[in-house]
Amino acid sequence: MLTLTSPFETPLHRLPAGLKLAALALASIGLMAMQSLWALGVAGVAVVCLYLAFGRGFAGYGLRLLRPLWPFVLIIALWHGWTGEFAAGGIIAGRLLLAVALANLVTMTTRLEDMMTLVERLARPLARFGLSPRVLAVAVALVVRFTPVLMDKAGQLMQAWRARSARRVNWRIVLPISLMALDEADHVAEAIRARGGLSGP
Amino acid sequence: MEKNVAYIALFAALIAVLGLVPQITLATGVPITAQSLGVMLCGTVLGARRGFLAVLLFVALVALGLPLLSGGRGGLGVFSSPTVGFVIGFPVAAFVAGLVVEKWRVGLGIASFAGAILGGVLVLYLFGITGMAVVLGKSWPAASLLVGAYIPGDLIKAGMAGFITQGLARLRPHAVLSRG
Repeated sequence: MLTLTSPFETPLHRLPAGLKLAALALASIGLMAMQSLWALGVAGVAVVCLYLAFGRGFAGYGLRLLRPLWPFVLIIALWHGWTGEFAAGGIIAGRLLLAVALANLVTMTTRLEDMMTLVERLARPLARFGLSPRVLAVAVALVVRFTPVLMDKAGQLMQAWRARSARRVNWRIVLPISLMALDEADHVAEAIRARGGLSGP
Repeated sequence: MEKNVAYIALFAALIAVLGLVPQITLATGVPITAQSLGVMLCGTVLGARRGFLAVLLFVALVALGLPLLSGGRGGLGVFSSPTVGFVIGFPVAAFVAGLVVEKWRVGLGIASFAGAILGGVLVLYLFGITGMAVVLGKSWPAASLLVGAYIPGDLIKAGMAGFITQGLARLRPHAVLSRG
């Protein structure tokens, strides 16, 4: 399945995931503490340089990931344009863009396997409360595997709808899609049990 | 055990599918994403605890970097963006919706509708608006103005959740775990 990890290999890919997450947490706290437009501007230049250091393609990909934020930036611009508090608006928008850009940087340079290894290590103490790492790993693997499967089947259901009806596909399609997910869950549960179950050694 | 894990995982996948399936249109022709409908269904079909875990699994995978949110969004950036409250509120919304269906012993359709409104709309928007107010540095009433336009659509989705849960119970009575 597609992930958001960047296809452009960077030196950041080789850093441990835990280190990157810790750095992100610190940087995000630092961003929240910044009260001046100057400090944010300097931080902004640093982040842009960081992205560009890994190549133009990488930076372009990072820019595309920021696209969903434009309505919010527009709202802030309109709001603060109206009230006249331009500096305050600039700080809020700058903080937002930088915080998301830094978080995206970690996501873009950390493979799902590396994240999973970290999660499994962090979740190990939870075994005492009944969440075995094996169950967690199976659950994650099932979601990763079955999202495209359900996607395909949902597509087939929609095609079948279009073949039989003159009406556009509407919300009623959600019932057969959910039914299919339920049935698939029953099959998967049977299959896991047939292979020895989850509570085994 | 196997059944619980399979149901939780497949419903987490269902939320993703409902967010990515694009062509659902309302009678008025307005396209909507059914992602929050998926969250409601997790609660009303699986019950409070399993529904919460299914949605939590979904949110965790989004955080790890899978583009499963509607519009193909995902990754850690989601948790710094103005919509963070909605994503964090998703599991709680499913929990509350499931709790209503489990505790309120009226017809499944009615209970699911009520649960979806209480969890999937009221609780979810409390989280969502609070997140937006914090990230955008606005007051709570101002933030609620920004998202108010989406509330009617979500009320309609609560109605759909009622119908769909009832339909599923009719087709697969054993599978609706919230009333199991």
